[in-house]
Amino acid sequence: MSDELIAVAMSGGVDSSTVAALLHRQGLRVVGLTMQLWNQRRLPEIAGQGTAGRCCSLDDVYDARAVAAHLGIPYYVVNFEERFELQVVKPFIEEYLAGRTPIPCTLCNNFIKFDEFLELAAGVGARRIATGHYARIRKDPETGRYQLLKGIDEWKDQSYFLFGLTQEQLARTLFPLGGYSKAQVRALARQFGLPVAEKGESQEICFVPNGDYAAFIEAYFREQGLDPPRARGEIVTREGTVLGEHEGVHRFTVGQRKGLGVAVGEPLYVIATEPASRRVVVGRANELLRERLEALEVNWVSIAGLEAPRRAEVRIRHKHIAAPATLYPTGEPTRVEVVFDEPQRAVTPGQAAVFYEGEVVLGGGWIA
Amino acid sequence: MDRFYFDHNATTPVSAEVLAAYTEALRELCGNASSIHAFGQQARQRLEEARGRIARLVGAEAKQVVFTSGGTEANNLAVLGVVRASRRGRRHVITTEIEHPAVLASCAALEREGVDVTYLPVNGAGLVDPDEVRRALRPETVLISVMHANNEIGVIQPIEEIAGIARQADVVFHSDGVQAAGRLALDGVGGCVDLYAISGHKFHAPKGIGALMLRGSVAIEPLMYGGHQERDRRPGTVNVPAAVAMGVAAEAAVRDLESEQARLAGLRDRLESMILDRIPGTGVNGGGAPRLANTTNIYFDGVNAEALLIALDLKGFAVSTGSACSSGAVEPSHVLTALGLSRDRARASLRFSLGRANTVEQVEALVEALVEAVAHLRRLSPVAVHV
Repeated sequence: MSDELIAVAMSGGVDSSTVAALLHRQGLRVVGLTMQLWNQRRLPEIAGQGTAGRCCSLDDVYDARAVAAHLGIPYYVVNFEERFELQVVKPFIEEYLAGRTPIPCTLCNNFIKFDEFLELAAGVGARRIATGHYARIRKDPETGRYQLLKGIDEWKDQSYFLFGLTQEQLARTLFPLGGYSKAQVRALARQFGLPVAEKGESQEICFVPNGDYAAFIEAYFREQGLDPPRARGEIVTREGTVLGEHEGVHRFTVGQRKGLGVAVGEPLYVIATEPASRRVVVGRANELLRERLEALEVNWVSIAGLEAPRRAEVRIRHKHIAAPATLYPTGEPTRVEVVFDEPQRAVTPGQAAVFYEGEVVLGGGWIA
Repeated sequence: MDRFYFDHNATTPVSAEVLAAYTEALRELCGNASSIHAFGQQARQRLEEARGRIARLVGAEAKQVVFTSGGTEANNLAVLGVVRASRRGRRHVITTEIEHPAVLASCAALEREGVDVTYLPVNGAGLVDPDEVRRALRPETVLISVMHANNEIGVIQPIEEIAGIARQADVVFHSDGVQAAGRLALDGVGGCVDLYAISGHKFHAPKGIGALMLRGSVAIEPLMYGGHQERDRRPGTVNVPAAVAMGVAAEAAVRDLESEQARLAGLRDRLESMILDRIPGTGVNGGGAPRLANTTNIYFDGVNAEALLIALDLKGFAVSTGSACSSGAVEPSHVLTALGLSRDRARASLRFSLGRANTVEQVEALVEALVEAVAHLRRLSPVAVHV
């Protein structure tokens, strides 16, 4: 038995439970840790029916604890509520109010899981952590650089959310599920007799019930005693023709078609939101097409940097099929100009542009 | 791995003599103490013996003792029961910021029912100023509830003095004695307070049994309905074997009090001075007031106490941060912030509560583990520690 202690981030779901079981079966010393991120009793007005599938519900903690007991590993719940609110929830809200469409999972990865959690794990004696992400880490034997690769299950691949990881973080992280398909993981969970083997999938944004982020933002404002951000504004065409009114720019995201409440002959889409003038700009499907974008705060993962223009496939949202493009360096190392071979639909400010070369994540940044 | 337990304010192991009495009672007492027949009478007789022993522990009469499921229920019954039984139109309660959640959450429930509650602050040592109690009194005040000894820092409140203020104002006085029972001489309590809550498992009785000492003159509304047990104040078939066990534990607590508390005070002082000597950036929270002999609460500046607690547990040392939320995660302590500690320092604090099985060797091993774990944590996140 190796003496090294590995901390597994356990959410109570099938994936992270299987990670704990896999490592334990390999004879590694494992400690299970569940991050308490958000108190589900807050914002009761939007709680809806139960909390199943949402992060940090007491049911999920119960399940994680049951898995740890089943495996016979030490297990603890650690409180990250304040940090999560500060580093993930507030920026998430601010982004929407600024007319962008944020990705809280990436913020959580960058600032919570692979930062404060990694530090806490080291504090309890675990230099390395393991999570249930579908992605792979490989050390390039030539450069000595850690590379991030897609998970082999293309559908479950979560590398898009992990572009912000540094070399130090990758060196201290294990993604044991990267080489498995989801079906295989579930089969393993059954084979190990895990009490969560038949549990359903969690929902996309763990702290937002039913994906209704606008209701979440409004409820959060009420809880904080702030005026609701429902500033009415106009729905306009790119030419400035007023087509109707809306209840706040935070309710709209680029590419959105539903909920505009304007009836015109052909389908209209949000092509931009302008918080300053409170205008939501709509247009026809072809007006959503963009052939270039600017990526900010770029983090290079598998390569050291960009010296010259380089071909890559670029994903502009989770589940987007990576599109061929050329990456152009700018004067600043953390700013990259991306020019697609074919114009892409709904390039959305606030989402990530992640650069791939085949299965390898070169790097990524935030869409300006 | 050897495991050492330094969390006796959370709970204590059942002692050998209590276990013997408990199993004997489980085996022999099959009757329902409310039944009229001989089986019932036998159970009733043993229940009343136990009641007498609990009464002697708190210096009260046997008929003033109501058995409950534990300390939380006893405190709920006291706070909710007294206020709800009051027929006054406007009702006001005085309590403190450092009470156990069993009292604080009961007060919050009363606030939702329209009752006014004053939460008195404490000084830097954790003491309530009796003059503040006097100043908070209103004509509509129906209850004063001040804990005897605090679970997180062990500070002992001047309850005799506060009881005198309550008596003078003709207001009912309740004290949460859960941490005091078995650790302080309580024979004077029955003579001064109106209600006093205790919990068996804090002094080597099983979990699931507690008691509320209740003066006969105090009107109280029960929390539950359904039977005439415990003189109509706590319905439900009484858990006689657990009550018997608690009675034996109470007697043992009285018998062993002086010698055991002196021994624990010595161990606790040794633990404190070793930590303060060997680990820079440490100090005792609430150290400037009379305290329980077994309890100390210490800050380790620049250290995340949650990580320290887990690191110690993985080495076999069980300690506590005092309070946990429903998922089991650690919450910043309301007691430590009430003392005026910054949130950072509250988050860097651990509670050590000693008990019967602890020895000098265990304390020394704990200090070694602490020295190592604190140094490790400080290396990882170097925060300037001014020594």
